[in-house]
Amino acid sequence: MLHRFARILAVALSLAAVAPAEAALKVLATTPDWAALATELGGERVNVYAATNPFQDVHRVEAKPSLVARARSADLVFATGAELEVGWLPVLIQESGNSHIQPGSPGYFEAAAQLRLLEVPSSVDRSMGDVHPQGNPHVQLDPHNIATVALALTTRLATLDPAGAAYYQARGTEFQAKWQQALVRWETRAAPLKGVTVVVIHKDQVYLCHWLGLREVAAIEPKPGVPPSAGYLAELVTKLTAAPPKLILRNAYNDPKAVEWLSGKINVPVVMLPFSVGGTPEAKDLIGLFDDTLNRLLGATK
Amino acid sequence: MNARIRIALAMVLAGTLNVSIARADDVAALRAELDGLKSEYAARVQALEARIQQLEAQAAAVASAPPPPPPAPVASAGGAGTAFNPAMSVILAGTYAHLSQDPATYRIAGFIPSGPAVGPGDRSFNLGESELTLAANVDPYFYANLTASIAADDTVSVEEAYFRTTHLSNGFTIKGGRFFSGIGYLNDIHAHAWDFVDQPLAYQAFLGGQLAEDGLQAKWLAPTDIFLEVGLETGNGDRFPGTRRAENGPNGGAAFVHIGNDLGDSASWRAGVSFLNRDAERRSYADVEAGGAPVINAFTGTSRIWVVDTTFKWAPHGNPTEHLLKVQAEYLHRTEDGTLLFDSTGAALNGDYRSGQSGWYVQGVYGFRPRWRTGLRYDYLDAGSTRIGLVTDGGIAASNFPLLASASPRRISWMLDWSPSEFSRLRGQIAWDDARANARDHQLLLQYLYSIGAHGAHKF
Repeated sequence: MLHRFARILAVALSLAAVAPAEAALKVLATTPDWAALATELGGERVNVYAATNPFQDVHRVEAKPSLVARARSADLVFATGAELEVGWLPVLIQESGNSHIQPGSPGYFEAAAQLRLLEVPSSVDRSMGDVHPQGNPHVQLDPHNIATVALALTTRLATLDPAGAAYYQARGTEFQAKWQQALVRWETRAAPLKGVTVVVIHKDQVYLCHWLGLREVAAIEPKPGVPPSAGYLAELVTKLTAAPPKLILRNAYNDPKAVEWLSGKINVPVVMLPFSVGGTPEAKDLIGLFDDTLNRLLGATK
Repeated sequence: MNARIRIALAMVLAGTLNVSIARADDVAALRAELDGLKSEYAARVQALEARIQQLEAQAAAVASAPPPPPPAPVASAGGAGTAFNPAMSVILAGTYAHLSQDPATYRIAGFIPSGPAVGPGDRSFNLGESELTLAANVDPYFYANLTASIAADDTVSVEEAYFRTTHLSNGFTIKGGRFFSGIGYLNDIHAHAWDFVDQPLAYQAFLGGQLAEDGLQAKWLAPTDIFLEVGLETGNGDRFPGTRRAENGPNGGAAFVHIGNDLGDSASWRAGVSFLNRDAERRSYADVEAGGAPVINAFTGTSRIWVVDTTFKWAPHGNPTEHLLKVQAEYLHRTEDGTLLFDSTGAALNGDYRSGQSGWYVQGVYGFRPRWRTGLRYDYLDAGSTRIGLVTDGGIAASNFPLLASASPRRISWMLDWSPSEFSRLRGQIAWDDARANARDHQLLLQYLYSIGAHGAHKF
């Protein structure tokens, strides 16, 4: 019996020994956006795996066996933080048997820890819904945040892979320059969006609204993470009929039913936004994510 | 700086030497050295200029990004992963039970009773176990977790209290203390995360519900893209099917292998094989002899259990908000080999005992709309072949062992649950329970589960 296990172990170990030693830094990114950023900054020196796809709700992800396996060999975990991944990432890290990615190690990087978060609650109580005590964690939809996170990540990559320090520095500089140009372009184009009133589903477009000056007048979830009741929706319809918003926003990962129902009731168009890299065919990288988001918003406000 | 001092020194030296000795070749050598220093200096200045240019370009790129990165953005620089110390959480649970049979008579026919954690519990309103968990990293090397359980009868028990290494690398983790054994799929899942109110019959019959180990566990995760985990455990073996022995050294051990992977974006699976080996010394149970008098019998010997488990989960694009499907099945097989002492406090007849028994369950849970799930479970046990030496050798009649009479208990359970949020769940379950040999128990169980404190993270 026991030598059967020993044999399996021996086979597995020999497989591990035979496998070529890969020089690339293995990055486990929790979202497609962080995966895209790690790829931009790390180029060919990194091997990036995205733990989720754009159609997943990062709050609700299973600690799948495949993810535990990826955490096992990761050199860097690139997470959002602010408790966005609290339901599953800790399990991956605990089960990984990998000391390099434990929180507090250089191999554990949180985007939110580099940023000033919006909507930091003054008091936290779960009767308010799924409120994150450190602030709203959906930071990726403000491109300024991407630039800040990119700077910190460049430093972190150089720490983890000193031989590539100059390479990461060069790529970082190039990325910042490219991003800067794009920012100017986006902000020029987005000028007409300032003050446009929108209805959101979950409080996950806060950073986008903040960046573009969109005015969020209502959320379909009465409290974060709490689905609306019929009574609440009826109230919402009354309120919004009196003062109709310009747009209803939904993310690619959201179920369209609720917004479409509301759209029919108040006669306001729904705009589907990619939310994450890969959320729409056009949002194939970070630049594409913001280009497409703006195209869709501008298209709908014409 | 260095270069400048060297030039100055060289010039002073050159001056004094020029006056005193003034040898032409010396002057030439000094001049050559000076030239060398000058060109070295020029190269350094050039390099510095290049770096300044590069930094300026970078600064321009950063500076024109309007909000400069805030200096100390959040309270904990490490981020959310290091926020609470220790993380504290409390689970409250309770049931209302309507049972057609008296739960005091609950038996799984054909199987040596495995302890008190068997059956649907008491009738009427019942406070379930209240669980208190404290967990944190101890230091850079260890993590520790305590889960204390307060039972309805005001007794406190230690459900789990373990340390685990965080600093071993190469996929190794060592756990020690009291912990749920890693065998099978359901065994190390806490009660509040079960999909039904109770454990499958096979777990109840073979493991007394859930096997906790007071001992050590070593796990190794293979460095492969496919999940492959190997674990070994040992401990004092005092939980069913083992007993505490009056000996040094561990009582048996367990070994398990789990593998798992994804099937595209939407589905993933895990499967495993586990083996448990335990010795029991006078593991006693109550039965009724042929004449109707209660007796205490005791088994001494070895218990070996094999578990094969498989779990499959599906959700569209891996997003379980709207729809999800979870199917799991486990097969357990146990052989027990040793002696059975009949009426240990009276006649005390001893004879050999050997059994080969098995059981399985299969269950499916489907999330049919946000927050709502329904599930169906089928349990099957086969009491198999049991050889009681005292009976086959003609010592006493088989009717003296009514609990061990051949049987094939089964049960069908259907559940419906509603989770207003991640932290609360209300569940209804009905079951047709044929665990007893001759009376079907119709069960209705209503359950609540509430979780407060630190946000829990669940295993697959």
